[in-house]
Amino acid sequence: MSEDIQTGLAEILEEVAGVAPADATPEKSFTEDLDVDSLSMVEIATAVEDKFGVAIPDDELGNIKTVGDAISFIQKNQ
Amino acid sequence: MTSLQLPSGAPGARILGFGSYRPRRRVTNDELAQTMDTNDEWIQGRVGIAERRWAAPDETLVEMSVAAGGKALAASGLDAGDIDLVLLATTSPPTAIPGLAPRIAHQIGVPRPGAFDVNAGCAGWCYALSAAADAIRSGSARHALVIGGERLTDYTNLDDRATAVIFADGAGAAVLGPSDEPAVGPVVWGSDGDLHEAIAIPEGEAGMSMAGQAVYRWATTKLTDTLVEAMRRAGVGPEDIDVFAPHQANLRIIELMAKRLKLPERTVIARDVVTSGNTSSASVPLALAALVESGEAKTGDVALLLGYGAGLTFAGQVVVLP
Repeated sequence: MSEDIQTGLAEILEEVAGVAPADATPEKSFTEDLDVDSLSMVEIATAVEDKFGVAIPDDELGNIKTVGDAISFIQKNQ
Repeated sequence: MTSLQLPSGAPGARILGFGSYRPRRRVTNDELAQTMDTNDEWIQGRVGIAERRWAAPDETLVEMSVAAGGKALAASGLDAGDIDLVLLATTSPPTAIPGLAPRIAHQIGVPRPGAFDVNAGCAGWCYALSAAADAIRSGSARHALVIGGERLTDYTNLDDRATAVIFADGAGAAVLGPSDEPAVGPVVWGSDGDLHEAIAIPEGEAGMSMAGQAVYRWATTKLTDTLVEAMRRAGVGPEDIDVFAPHQANLRIIELMAKRLKLPERTVIARDVVTSGNTSSASVPLALAALVESGEAKTGDVALLLGYGAGLTFAGQVVVLP
């Protein structure tokens, strides 16, 4: 389950921010490690919403700092 | 019940000419980086702005608007006496009273027109364009001058790197007149007042604040539908769009919208934000005036316009360029 989410998330990261899928591992920080800026985070959030059927309000978005944070958010809210 | 008489109006309205005024002073990203913790790469990466124009004390909102309006009048080939409606879209008047449109009209030499200010955030000029076109169509006016003017630096904390790198000053204008062939399409406008705090000068504060992520999300998810509906209601499709001139807020939003609309390769996309920054309700007429002046936009071109901003408000329409 979490592997499926990680794969789907990696696809979004590649499409939106040009992150190589192999780099999208749970411990990676979006801003520090993957060079994803705050506006790309919004695009990732909206793509995640479409793909996984979850809602990510802006105030929640600030708490999602790593790929792992995003995976657990999706798992909890799907 | 008494039935009242109505004027016959006109089959449609048409833009007859554009004019613009850009403040003299160019402020580059490198200049801003000298006084605040930012840099050219960061600014260009986030918002796509390389430089912006900031008004000097003598470049007041009235003076800039008079200059832009006068040029639009000259481009239209009309006399000041032909104009009977003057609208100023602005969010940044120096005081609340009086509205500035009557004074601007007076300084341009327009005798006693209907005149009022429109505050619909950065969508203001597109709102005013629609109001003017409808006034011409209904017979409430014959020729209208529609100005978008801003001195946003008066309401920006110029030490705040989140907003100072974005907002700027200037004025753009268009003259409209009656037309047998409609050349200003139906407006698709609306508002999302639940997001009223997203772009605001909070009470008791002097400078504007913006929830960047919330506004970016709103602009990139909700407004494509507005553009599609504006084209549908005007009876055109993406393949017909020669010029795409959305509000110049952020180059990334402009590029994303163009991509999602699947505009053809040949469509000229306004990227005036790169050298003008975000001038709120002045941005669409400034961008259009620049494209017409440079020859990138030609007579008869079909242009898709979109204003959006504080309110939050939005307005899109298709026009045929003069």
